[in-house]
This record gives sequence, structure tokens and C-alpha cells, in this order.
Amino acid sequence: MEGFWTKVALRIWVALILLFLFVPILLIFFYAFNTSNIESWPIPGLTLKWFTATWDDAQIRTALGLSVQAGLAATALSLVLGSCAAFAIHRMTFFGRDAISLLFVLPLALPGIITGIALNAFFSFGGVPLSFWTIVVGHTTFCIVVVYNNVLARLRRTQGSLIEAAMDLGASGFQTFRDITLPLISTSVVAGAMLAFALSFDEVIVTTFTAGAQNTLPIWIFGAIRLGQRLPEVNVVVSFVILVTIVPVVIAARLTGGGGAARVPAAR
Amino acid sequence: MRSNEAPAMWVRLGTFAAAVLITVTACGSNTTTGGSTAAQPPTAGIKPPTSVGAGEGQLNLIAWEGYVDDSWVKQFTANTGCKVNAKYAGSSDEMVSLMKGGGGGQWDMVSASGDADLRLIYGGDVKPMNTDLIPDFKNFQNYFKAPAYNTINGIHYGISLQWGPNTLLYSTKKFPIAPTSWSVIYDPANKGLVTVPDNPIQIADAALYLMKSQPNLGIKDPYELTQKQFDASVALLKQQRPLIKKYWGTAGDEITLFENGDVVVGAAWPYQTIQLKADGKVAVADTIPTEGATGWGDTWMLATNAPHPNCAYLWTAYVSTAKVQAEQALFFGETPVNSLACAEMESLQAGSCAQYHADAPGSYFNTIKFWKTPIATCPDGSSNCIPYAQWQTAWTTITA
Amino acid sequence: MSVTTAGRLRKNRGAAPLQSLFWRLPWLRSALLLTPPLAWFVVIYLASLVLLLVTAFWTIDTFTTQIVQVWSLDNFTLILNEPAYRLIIGRTVGLAAVVTITDAVLAFPFAYFMARVASRRTQTILFAAVLLPLWASYLARVYAWILILNHSGILNWSLQSIGLPPPEIGYTIPAMWIVFSYIWLPFMIIPTYAALERVPESLLEAAADLGAPRWRAVLDVVLPLAIPGVVAGSIFTFSLTLGDYITPILVGGAGSTFIGNVVYSSVGIANNVPFAAALAMVPVAIMAVYLLIARRLGAFEAL
Repeated sequence: MEGFWTKVALRIWVALILLFLFVPILLIFFYAFNTSNIESWPIPGLTLKWFTATWDDAQIRTALGLSVQAGLAATALSLVLGSCAAFAIHRMTFFGRDAISLLFVLPLALPGIITGIALNAFFSFGGVPLSFWTIVVGHTTFCIVVVYNNVLARLRRTQGSLIEAAMDLGASGFQTFRDITLPLISTSVVAGAMLAFALSFDEVIVTTFTAGAQNTLPIWIFGAIRLGQRLPEVNVVVSFVILVTIVPVVIAARLTGGGGAARVPAAR
Repeated sequence: MRSNEAPAMWVRLGTFAAAVLITVTACGSNTTTGGSTAAQPPTAGIKPPTSVGAGEGQLNLIAWEGYVDDSWVKQFTANTGCKVNAKYAGSSDEMVSLMKGGGGGQWDMVSASGDADLRLIYGGDVKPMNTDLIPDFKNFQNYFKAPAYNTINGIHYGISLQWGPNTLLYSTKKFPIAPTSWSVIYDPANKGLVTVPDNPIQIADAALYLMKSQPNLGIKDPYELTQKQFDASVALLKQQRPLIKKYWGTAGDEITLFENGDVVVGAAWPYQTIQLKADGKVAVADTIPTEGATGWGDTWMLATNAPHPNCAYLWTAYVSTAKVQAEQALFFGETPVNSLACAEMESLQAGSCAQYHADAPGSYFNTIKFWKTPIATCPDGSSNCIPYAQWQTAWTTITA
Repeated sequence: MSVTTAGRLRKNRGAAPLQSLFWRLPWLRSALLLTPPLAWFVVIYLASLVLLLVTAFWTIDTFTTQIVQVWSLDNFTLILNEPAYRLIIGRTVGLAAVVTITDAVLAFPFAYFMARVASRRTQTILFAAVLLPLWASYLARVYAWILILNHSGILNWSLQSIGLPPPEIGYTIPAMWIVFSYIWLPFMIIPTYAALERVPESLLEAAADLGAPRWRAVLDVVLPLAIPGVVAGSIFTFSLTLGDYITPILVGGAGSTFIGNVVYSSVGIANNVPFAAALAMVPVAIMAVYLLIARRLGAFEAL
């Protein structure tokens, strides 16, 4: 129904925006193969040598290990807590429900720096030394929200009649859960887990305030960019992080048809 | 949310928050912690160990960039098994903050400069060290065995490390002849081409310049300023603000700024000059103008709750040896405290001993106005000098 | 009844008390499920937020930087009276607003195309294409722009190679404007697309039947219906810019200090957590007001 020229104009606009969105990311991948260690354009040549140099760097490997461990721990915790919350909210209809919904959205609605300094003040007030577990606590707090959103959205779409039918047929509560509910929500749980991991892996603001002497990969990246000493390695690590955060999200989007990944993803 | 329910919900949340707030603050205790210069530092009573045990396998250090370089750290790890994990801080403030952060049990040592030492000592963040456990201590130049910034009432709260000046770094293309005055970083002709550290102590550098350019202000010590002198220094820095491309937070920031051609002159450490010359991308040199320079004397201090104290002592002993003192001095461009380091420096790089004044430190030493924490007590005993907290707030207004 | 059936019934009856308890008191199961996550949120998250609010009313001993737990309004008076902080807050809010408007303008035609012109298949592809940068690492994308905008980066090089003077926008506010608009753009596109997709075609057909030209129909019918989506997207662009400190550090120059930067350096450098807490209340208050307005405009349904 739009005019021909309008459609052409729109198509050009879309193409330009897509270029705008993707060229910087592709540029990073390009720079990872840069032979020179000075980041100027045009790139003199392509090489793979920085990949081995990056892997050889013990600091980067330690940071990567810490990021993965923190991600897994935060994902596991938030899966349990987020799913419990989703189940509870789905069935409840008491007066505090809206307040609790708002509470669960706060970690992503408030700027990350506020969550960061609040947790930092909390830990120092309570005499809790900063460590791997304080990082996990910080990550879990906003990962719960992501899992909660996904599972709740799916629960709202499942038919309650299926559950009732199962119970009419004599299944116990646990059997119903295991055989009916779980398969129905499984993809959303997995999607939530993927998104939670991606979020935790890339998180830098809250982590800066909850990490002690440890470096996660994003903290290492931020420090390395500012020290300006190892930029070729930064290019490689940054390309790697892009891939690691994109892949789970693509999987999650396929599992949920895109809805989960689109909803409030970033507590940057 | 249904609109008629929502106001009630906000009211409930608001009342709840207010109730909590009132309760907590009403119960808040009236603890004021120790005043500015209490008689004895809180950790004075902690007896340092009399021997060093086996290394714990790990060492967490807070350091200036260039202080923990692989070229001498690798040997240390090979000797002692202590893996070094270094965090680079851009300013003394950041070092103090890191040492306090997370309950203070995160880091083992900090290479603190003179303006951080007293704050760390009186804040209870560092504890006394036993100089007998540092074999090279007896070779230190006398002044650095017990300088006022790390030794109080005969108790050593750290081991001196190295010292040096803040320099004027410039592009030799823009300035073929070395500038002779700090005025070049205050000159409007260099608009958008200047960089200085993002550090409140920079106000002292402005005061140092005013010592010569406005002698009627009567500034004697750039760290002890009366309100009038302080205001003049802040005004100078506010005038400088349009000239600044970016305030550098780390040495790496400044190196990048010069290499990208974004700035041509700025205040720096000798480390940046050495790095830029090694990279070879842009031609630079540094100098100390006629007004003199501010500088820093660094100390390795041991954290009160250091998790790896044995590795900490092993490290301190290691970096105090003449060889490592020389290596670090040449890497960073500073002056060692170990009197035997001069010979080592000559063997590594001829002429370096004289270049960094390791052989005749006395006269050179006196031309540098070393960093120290500004306090309210002026040298003449009156209390109307500006304390450091106001330097910090003033700095925010300068760089805003 | 056979023995096995009786056995099974007896086994089930063993589980029955718990089940029948949940059946009689349905809220009990929900309450039990809710307790762990709620406990986490209240004991850890809410408590830390309240503690932060309380800390805003404390001060620090200026020499040792230990917190002095005496009630005082010093932090707030300092923020209100000192022109530098007003400047910083104004700059942050101003840039957040400009970035929001920029993203709205960039996103609208894109979302319009996705929702109303593109085929089903193109829609899915475009949706995935917008999702990818949204989730690609934040630091990575800011770093990419450092490489693009710096003195020897691709922007200067491309303009120089076609004979134009290099814009030299590294370390400036326009650089931050570009980077922020880039990073938050997917956040704006997605809710706008969702809102536009919900506009029924029949409304546009009715407008056409009533004689409105296409542009008029879009302006008077589609745009007002899309506003909730745009406002929903603006919540993100505004709030995320308000609290950011990393982009100003990496891409900004002198005079790019944001609220987030002062908060970050107050905590990490000056060790003045009370002041940081007081200043952090400013974006919280601004966002609370913004969220109220947004809810009035219907944005919450569009989230």
C-alpha cells in the first residue's frame, strides 16, 4: 500500500542502518588479524599470530576461566531462583503481586552502577570480603530477572487445562510437574539459562564493584584498553567475547521464537 | 498495573522505604573515626615477623604502571614460586581506595607514593615491616632508610623503593627546541593539544608554576596553600581547561594520546617518554623546566590483612637488590634508593647513572617537590591551609 | 482389588497429605516457591539499595576516608550548590535526551519497514539482525568505535581519501553521542517494531477510505499508536545513558564527565561512598519521574 518510492527509500534506510549496526562489529574481527600492533587504518596485513599470543597469556586464561565459572554458577543459581519465582507469580493473585513484579524488574531497570555500588556498600558494611562469590551474587541478582521473564512468559502461554487434565488422570503433583509442566517450559528454561550466561559473561559494571583482586574477562578488557599496552590481544579477546555472547542468544531466540531475547536484556 | 491500584502500591512502597530509612538512621551509631593526625597509627602495635617462611604461591600487588614488568618479575616467580597478580592504579587516591576496598584483605602490597603513605598508615591499612628481613636495606641511601613519609616514631611502615620527577613531555616535531618553562601547558596557543594527569594533586603543579610566575602570592610549599594561594592555583587550572584534549588517567592513556597525534605536550612520568621512544611511532622528549617539578618517592607497603605476607617479604627483598633496582630504574626512568644500583645501571646502559642522578642525588633531590598529603596545618603552625578533601572537590569543578 | 493395586494406592496415599495440604491451601505452594527468590531479593538486593540510600546521608572522615555514621545533608547540599555538579547532571541528562531522540528517529523508519512493508521471512531475518548487535558485548562495541574514531582510524582515513578534511571527533561529546546512539539503537527498534506490528491494517484502510493520503494516515493513525513503543524504547536509551561511565572514559575527552563518572571515581578513587550514593540518587529520581510519565503514555504495555 505504500508508494513505490516510499518503499525504495525505506529499503535504503534499512540497509544503511544495518551497515551502521554491523560494520563496527565486523571491523573488530578484521583488526584481530592485523599484523601491525598499532591500531590504525588501513590494515597492513593479516596474520594469525595474535591468537596464539593471546592464548599464551596466563592472565587472559585466568580471567577467562573466572568468567566461565562465575557465569555457570550465576546461571545455575538464577535458574533455580528465577523459575521458582516465575511459578509462584504465575499462580498468585494477592495484593503484593505487582510490588513483587516491580521488585524483580529493578535490577535491570536501575542503572548498573547503582546496583554495583549498592552491593559494594552492602558487602563492606557486612564485613564480607570481595571474592568470586560476591561476583556470583552480583551476577545472579540480574540473571534471576532474565530467567524469570522467560519462564513466566512461557507459563502464561501454556494451557492450565493440561495440568488439570493430568491431575484428573491421577498423576501426583510431582509426576505432573515432571511429565507435563517441565517439557512444556523446558525450552524457555534453557533459553533463560543461555541469556543469563551471556549477560553474566559480558557484564562489567556491577562486576567492577563486586570483584576483589580477581579479573573477569570484561574487567581485563577494560583495564587493557586503558593501559593501551596489549591492544592486539584485546582485539582477539574482544572478538572472542562477541562470539561467546552471540551464540547462546541465537540459540535462545530459536528456542523461544525471539520473544525472550528481546525483552529487557541488558544490565550493562 | 491497573491505574486505580497503582497509587496505593506506590504509597505502600514509599511508606515502607521511609519506615526503614527512619529506623536505620535513628539506630545509626555516632562513631567518628580517628582524627587527622592521631598520635599513634592504629597498626603501630603489630609486631612484624622475625623470619620469612615459604612463599604462599601468589602475590597481589597494587602498583604504578611499569613497576611490575615481566623482565624482572619472571625471575622472581622462578625463584620463589610466587605468581604475581598486579593491578595498575592511575593515582594515589585510587591506591588508597583499592587498599580499603573489599575489607582490605584483597591485596598484599602497594607501591604507594608520599601523598598516599600517611593516609594508609593512619587509616590502619598498612602495618609495620621488619627491615632486618630485607638484606639490601643496609645499602640504602641514608635518607631513604627512614623518610618521614613511611617511618613514624622509628617504626617502618614500608620499605622505600624508587623516586623521580613528573616531567614535561613534548613532541619534538612541534617543539624542536625543548621548552624551558611550564608555561607551555598553560599557553592558549596550544588549545586542544595538551594533556595533564586526572589527579587532584595536579593543583600542586599549578602552585609550583605560580611560585615563579606570581611570586607576590608567596607560595613556599605547593602542598601547603592558603585559601588565596589555592584559589589562584585552581583559577589557573580552570583557565587551562579549554587547552586540554583529555585528562589522562593511566600512563597508557597518555601514550595513546601522543601516538595518535591528539596531543603534543603534557605533564608525564619518565615512563611514558621511554615507552614512546621504544614504540618509535612519534618523536618525543622530556625535560624539567626552570620552575622545577613535583615528584614522588615510592614505598612498598604491606597490607594489614595481607593474605600472602611471605611472598610480600620475598618480593620486597627482591626488588631492593641492586640489580633489580637498576633494571626498574632504567625501565621506568626513575632513581633507585639502593646505593649499589649505580654500578649496575652503568653496566646496563652507559651514562644512565648520571642521567637519573643515582650517583649525586642530594642536589637533584632538593629541586623536586615530592608528593605529600596536603593537611590543614600550615608549616608556620596555623591551621588555615587547605586539606586534601577540598583539593578533590576543587578538582571535580576544574575538570567538570 | 489385587495386592499390587492396593499397594500402589497405599503408596499414593502416603504422598497424599502433602498434596492435599497444597490443595487445601493453594497459596502455601506459591509462598514456598516464592520464599527463596524473594528472600534473595529482599535480604541482598533491597537491603543493599536501602543501605545505599542511608549511606547518602552519611559523610567520611576527610583524612582517613572512613565512613562517619552521623546523619547529615552535606552531600546533597554540595550537589545542589556546586555549579560543577549542576553542569555534569545537565550534560548527562541533555546527552541522554539527544541520544533518545536520535535513536527514535533512526529506529522509526526501520521498525516501520519491518512491521508493515517487509515479508514474513524478511521480518524474521531483520529481527535476528537487530538482536545480534544488541547482545554482542558492550565493551567490544565501544572499543570498535574507539578504533573507528581515533586519529588514524577508519573515519578520518575515509574522509581524507575522498578529499574532505578529517572531522577529528575522537574524545569529544559528538563522539559520545554517536557511540551511545549506536549501542542503544536495537533497544529502541525492538519495542517500536512490536508496537507498529500491533497496529491493524484495517485502521489504515479505513483512513484511506476516508480520503487521507498515505503520509497523513501514517502521521495521524500509525504514529500515535506507535508512541507507547517508542517511549518504551526510550526508557532504555535514557536510563542506560544516564548511568553509563565507561563510554565517557573510553571515548570522551576533557569535559565529558558524566554522573556515572563522578560516582565511579567517588567510590573507586576518592573512596567517598556517601557522596557517590547521594549523587547516585539523582539518576534514580530522574528515572522514577521518567517511568511515571512513561506509564502514563502506555509504555509499560509495550514492554
